[in-house]
Amino acid sequence: MADFKVVNKPIRKKDAMALVTGKPVYTDDVTPTDCLVVKVLHSPYAHAMIKEIDVELAKKVPGIEAIFTYKDVPGKRFTMAGQTYPEPSPYDRLILDQRLRYVGDGVAIVAGETEKAVDKALKLIKVNYEVLEPVLDFRTAKDNKVLVHPEENWEALCPVGADNKRNLCATDTSEYGDVDRVMAECDVIVENTYHTKANQQAMMETFRTYTTLDPYGRLHVIGSTQIIFHVRRILANALDIPKSKIRVTKPRIGGGFGAKQTCVTEIFPAFVTWKTGKAAKLIYTREESQIASTPRHEMEIKVRVGAMKDGTIRAMDVYTLSNTGAYGEHGPTTVGLSGQKSISLYNNNLEAYRFGYDVVYTNVQSAGAYRGYGATQGIFAMESAINELASKLSMDPVKIREKNMVKEGQIMPSYHDEPNSSCALDRCMTRAKEMFDWDNKPLAVDLGNGKIRSIGVAMAMQSSGISGVDVGSATIKLNDEGFYALSIAAADMGTGCDTILAQMAAECLECDIDDIIVYGADSDSSPYDSGSYASSTTYVTGKAVERACLQLKEKMCKIGAEMLSCSVEDLVFQGKKISKADGSEEITLMDIATKSMCGNTEATQVTASHSSTVSPPPFMVGMVEIEVDKETGAVELLDYVAVVDCGTVINTNLARVQTEGGLAQGIGMALYEDVTYNSVGKIYENSFMQYKIPTRLDVGKMRVEFESSYERTGPFGAKSIGEIVINTPSPAIAHAIYNATGVWHRELPITPEKVVMGILKG
Amino acid sequence: MQIKLWINGKMVTEDVAADTLLIDFLRAHGCLSVKRGCETSNCGLCTVFVEDKPVLSCSMLVARVNGKKVTTLEGLQEEAEDFGAFIADQGAEQCGFCNPGFIMNAIAMFRENPDPSDEEIKQYLAGNLCRCSGYEGQLRGIKAYLSFKKENGGVC
Repeated sequence: MADFKVVNKPIRKKDAMALVTGKPVYTDDVTPTDCLVVKVLHSPYAHAMIKEIDVELAKKVPGIEAIFTYKDVPGKRFTMAGQTYPEPSPYDRLILDQRLRYVGDGVAIVAGETEKAVDKALKLIKVNYEVLEPVLDFRTAKDNKVLVHPEENWEALCPVGADNKRNLCATDTSEYGDVDRVMAECDVIVENTYHTKANQQAMMETFRTYTTLDPYGRLHVIGSTQIIFHVRRILANALDIPKSKIRVTKPRIGGGFGAKQTCVTEIFPAFVTWKTGKAAKLIYTREESQIASTPRHEMEIKVRVGAMKDGTIRAMDVYTLSNTGAYGEHGPTTVGLSGQKSISLYNNNLEAYRFGYDVVYTNVQSAGAYRGYGATQGIFAMESAINELASKLSMDPVKIREKNMVKEGQIMPSYHDEPNSSCALDRCMTRAKEMFDWDNKPLAVDLGNGKIRSIGVAMAMQSSGISGVDVGSATIKLNDEGFYALSIAAADMGTGCDTILAQMAAECLECDIDDIIVYGADSDSSPYDSGSYASSTTYVTGKAVERACLQLKEKMCKIGAEMLSCSVEDLVFQGKKISKADGSEEITLMDIATKSMCGNTEATQVTASHSSTVSPPPFMVGMVEIEVDKETGAVELLDYVAVVDCGTVINTNLARVQTEGGLAQGIGMALYEDVTYNSVGKIYENSFMQYKIPTRLDVGKMRVEFESSYERTGPFGAKSIGEIVINTPSPAIAHAIYNATGVWHRELPITPEKVVMGILKG
Repeated sequence: MQIKLWINGKMVTEDVAADTLLIDFLRAHGCLSVKRGCETSNCGLCTVFVEDKPVLSCSMLVARVNGKKVTTLEGLQEEAEDFGAFIADQGAEQCGFCNPGFIMNAIAMFRENPDPSDEEIKQYLAGNLCRCSGYEGQLRGIKAYLSFKKENGGVC
């Protein structure tokens, strides 16, 4: 690996000290409090029509500014999914609709001077609902007589197989090779169905947006979002106003994990401000964030794996049924990853695969983007099936993976025929085995105290941005005294992208990280960026930073050449100065900066954009050791070894913490985090009291290492890290629980109750 | 109702509605470090000190602190910087939204138990949720801070 000076170092995040000392940097801290308080009246029914809605009494509450219903909003449908236009997610929403499609759907918007007045008004809105039969079981949704979106102006912009008259948000089947023939030739076939739930991102800062009119009469939206440019378009669509009338900025964000890749709250205060001309703020409660937001797509995944007795995996057949809920945000796109990222892992001997899916509308909370984005669900299913296959063949689950895992240089038919240009998955497995001492540990050992200690393993892959779609941009500018300003529109949601992008700039410009200031993100002034999602920031935006810096260096050399009366070719850029190659003369960066502001015609500012035609996958291996209590079914995490290939690690601290954080979320998904509904479609887990995210007592010991490949298309050899890290815990833990109890749990989360009932049933 | 309390050493006398929560009162008085992550006393983000003991300000009426001393992270800036630097050096602050409550409670722990074991740390801070870090980086930061203090003979 190259000898880096700033990249590949454990550099402290630029905003770290502000965060640890509790400085007021988040949306609710930086926006005024003397604005309208906005709240939403949520539907109590899973499926209903508003027959009558009377807001007159509610409007009489002192301090109430406005109440809006479906009668007041524009009639053009849109999607709230933060995706590049034309969005694959269907245009199926209105700000408020007469038809209510899930418990939590918006019935009315109330704006008032105080929270108390708004709360009172919410109670006084009289609604006469015509309660309709809902579609609650996603297995019965397709071609159900009850339609979630019967409306005529429903529209799918992209050919994703959507059909609102069949409750279909997307459908497709792809095949490579002759699956049926190869399957027929296989010695053994494993076929099972796996079920994952609508997990909540549960970032600590709930959804929130502040809106106001700027001095030009434009709508200024300040909010906790990963996607400023997409928010601009979505709001323009929703409000039916020109995009030029909207500016979106983001302060610090209290976590996102994909949740804030969808416009959950923005449309409500934006509509209020646009209608009333007054500043407005909406802060979702935790309960609202649990019932009216954008969780992971619930999926049921049927996996068939065909293999020979020696463990050679020759064919795979995957069918995913995905539940997009009431609206289609990210429905057509998440599902693809459930097959693509699971099948491609076993590319080595694979002769044929089939991958089919249906994404269906139902009358439950609409799903969206959550770290892993479908890959997490698919990898739970596939990795569990591979562990079941290994068990059936009495093979070491590590050996079967080593035999079949995708290798560097291979073409991956199930991954857009992309070449696997950088891959250290084999080294990740080798290192994980060493760290874990896999070869010397029994799969399970009864400790004789009512507990069984056992182990499990899983692999994962993800992507690095959306190939051919995602755009990352960076503007780098030389300032007085020779410091640089880096302007980006990627959203640092705590991940540290402001810092890692500054590291890349500093590496290019041969300066200290403190010589780079970072500003983002503002849809008026930042260069265009798709936003921070799809594991794109390091890989895509990072490359834009690198390119912008290289071009700025050229410009500075040009000014230097003019000042030293020589040609650019005679000069060497050395960070703080530019010297003649023969060492005879030099000029400082400060001189160039000064010159740039006096009698200068060469702009010392460069904007570069980048988009990649490929999306090189990061890889990882996870190994877990647990103890299962045979009497209570409780599962205790003892040790989690994770070895990741994210290409060059840009910031060694932040990549490690990304991994640990992703593992913890994965552990939550595997063991604790459930979403269940009562018979009429109401979510039980509507607070942190019921929706249990892991505490520090639940995660055990995590040991993370990196085995880096070098990705030539990425900045300094980097790929991505943000999403892949959530994918291994569910299958690895399910594997360990099987090894302890002899029971495969194919539905998440694997609660103590399920474990103990599994043991009792044998 | 009329109440009197001390926020970070400064006396405040005010007429408040009886149902005012301490968190809302504190934020209204400029203590914006105090964060709300849930409404069910589960997350620990809103932790402040009342008479130097950590409490959840989202679950306490301001009337209950009448005549008492309340401390938020705004009043503990030096300690927050000293300890927070060790969290920052792990990259474990991440989004930072849970940091004020976590750091308040960690400071309370250091005062109560200057030499905690890993298990004691985890137990003491179990009520402080963090969705970003997976907790390991926070633990490394706490341990690094404790050994720094030990080496330098300092008292927490």
